[in-house]
Amino acid sequence: MEVAKVTDVTRVYKVGEVETHALNGVSLSIEAGEFTALVGPSGSGKTTLLQLLGCLDQPTSGKVFINGKDVTQLNRNQRADLRKGAIGFVFQFFALIPTLTAYENIEMPLLLLGKKPSERRQRVMELLDAVGMAERAHHRPDQLSGGEQQRVAVARALAPHPLMILADEPTANLDTDNGRQVMQIMQKLNQETKTTFIFATHDPRVIQYAQRVVTLRDGKIVDDGNGK
Amino acid sequence: MINYFRLAYRNLGRNRRRSALSALALGLGVALLLLMAGFFEGEMRSAMESSLRLQSGHLQVRPVGYEEDKLSLAWEDLIENPEQVAAQIATLEAVADAAPRLMASGILTVRDEAVGVQVLGVDPASASNAPYREGLLSGSFLEADDREGILIGRPLAEALGLSAGSKVNLLVNTSDGLVNEQAFVVRGVYSTATPTLDKLVVLMPLAKTQTITGAQNRASIIFVLLKDREQAPVVAQAIQGKNIEVKTWQELNQLLIETENFSNAYLLLLNLIVLGVTATVIVNTLVMAVFERTREVGILAAIGMKGRQIMTLFLAEAGFLALGGIGFGLPIGWALCAYFGKKGFYIGDLGITGMAFGERIYTYLTLEAASSLLITALILTLLASLYPAILAARLEPVEALHGKN
Ligand SMILES: Nc1ncnc2c1ncn2[C@@H]1O[C@H](COP(=O)(O)OP(=O)(O)OP(=O)(O)O)[C@@H](O)[C@H]1O
Ligand SMILES: [Mg+2]
Repeated sequence: MEVAKVTDVTRVYKVGEVETHALNGVSLSIEAGEFTALVGPSGSGKTTLLQLLGCLDQPTSGKVFINGKDVTQLNRNQRADLRKGAIGFVFQFFALIPTLTAYENIEMPLLLLGKKPSERRQRVMELLDAVGMAERAHHRPDQLSGGEQQRVAVARALAPHPLMILADEPTANLDTDNGRQVMQIMQKLNQETKTTFIFATHDPRVIQYAQRVVTLRDGKIVDDGNGK
Repeated sequence: MINYFRLAYRNLGRNRRRSALSALALGLGVALLLLMAGFFEGEMRSAMESSLRLQSGHLQVRPVGYEEDKLSLAWEDLIENPEQVAAQIATLEAVADAAPRLMASGILTVRDEAVGVQVLGVDPASASNAPYREGLLSGSFLEADDREGILIGRPLAEALGLSAGSKVNLLVNTSDGLVNEQAFVVRGVYSTATPTLDKLVVLMPLAKTQTITGAQNRASIIFVLLKDREQAPVVAQAIQGKNIEVKTWQELNQLLIETENFSNAYLLLLNLIVLGVTATVIVNTLVMAVFERTREVGILAAIGMKGRQIMTLFLAEAGFLALGGIGFGLPIGWALCAYFGKKGFYIGDLGITGMAFGERIYTYLTLEAASSLLITALILTLLASLYPAILAARLEPVEALHGKN
């Protein structure tokens, strides 16, 4: 089953008189359960493509489908609703809410979805276990290491049972060990929960985890093949 | 449900000093405005009280067409047989006291100094003289048959260096349009704590005033005090007579009531200005917070928080700051009002002639004034905070992915 598809999308950024074609006629289809890496040199359009897949941004032309639904027609609120249930994000910097504990950060999407307290509690505990953070449930982000924060971020992204998780350079700010740990957790969750993972990366040590590697250059897909 | 208040509370805790200072600004504003409100209300109350006791009474019976400022002594401008009229009015159940008063303008001279005064002829036995009798500082009160005694107020006594026993010369207008002059003895010095009147009013027994002015058996007004002043319009209806009209204290204190309306409008303006400034401080704090937390707002938006919810979060922070400020300012303002309600502010002679302003203002804070101020403070702060809240709600979630701090 296809969870996401982009057809012939372009995304043009205009800064003053200068137009940048961040994406230039990209078509890509993502199947359920994929563990896919977007690779390519800096400025090739990886982040831009993730933003379109994540309904954070709209293409200049072309269409984006999530779960078969054309999302280019949706307004801000409708896109927020769609993201809330269907898409999880993991960012390069460890994007947790600094005033909330690990537990509360993971709980946030469930609160936004209006889940019952008992249901929330169970889900958060389950996820804390899954990412090996149960011990540190009540620590705030500034009391956690980068690797630990990123594991909490993965747990948060996974909380609402999303269709897919989009990760933009999830290991870029981590040392080798922590990077490997985060990748292994994502891989394990992908295998156990069949959640689709798409991650953008430069890091060859990360690319080796991917089942599929999509290579971008100058806003175009130049290679799409199996990893390893 | 998202607990916006918990989130907001923690967010404010991130920069405690800044949050505390902006709440403090509002708190000080609120305290100051409460004091101002107490000050104005106290002033108006005491002016009204003084006027009722000294100038207007609760009712005045006077000749048709009487002109307050003219102090006319022409016979057609006076009430005939005033004692009889007063006695009749006094029989009414609601009336506490009714006494004739004869007013005349005069000039008091001592050595080579001359001062314009208002001679107030009163029946020394009347209860309506209580403010003067109780305010007697030295000497003795007037006797009904005293032919050369007067009482003067403290400001006049101080200005002219007079005391009980001093001799003065008094020039008084008369009914036939001329003047009459006679030497008097200051029997006593009084103070009603109303310098604007005390410097002007010279008390004289009614009988003597009638002879010296040639008014004979006439008076300017019947000064009526009621048991309950709210009865004034009803009692006014009950008093009938040829060539007389009855004015209630509301009608007699038009100017004061208008002044009060004006001062309320002025106070409202002052409130809006001060609260506008304090709201700006809070808005500024929140705008800084929005810019500092751009990425965080982006993250919240990315995980599905809607603009409306982000707005609510920032408005909750504004609400906390407002409540914190009010919680700080209210007890201070209240305490200040309580203190100056007891001790009073000394303001001395405001120099407003004709209006009964006291020399001290005792603050008086009404629940209505306090609550309307606090509600205005809260609403104004929240309204102003819509700006940073909307600013935050409009941020693009894309910001979150860019990794900018
Ligand atoms: N908001 C923006 N405004 C203007 N230009 C932008 C904006 N975002 C991206 N671009 C431009 O679009 C192009 C693609 O950027 P993008 O961030 O998608 O690249 P990337 O592959 O993620 O690069 P990196 O590996 O450095 O993260 C770049 O040339 C970039 O400068
Ligand atoms: Mg990028």
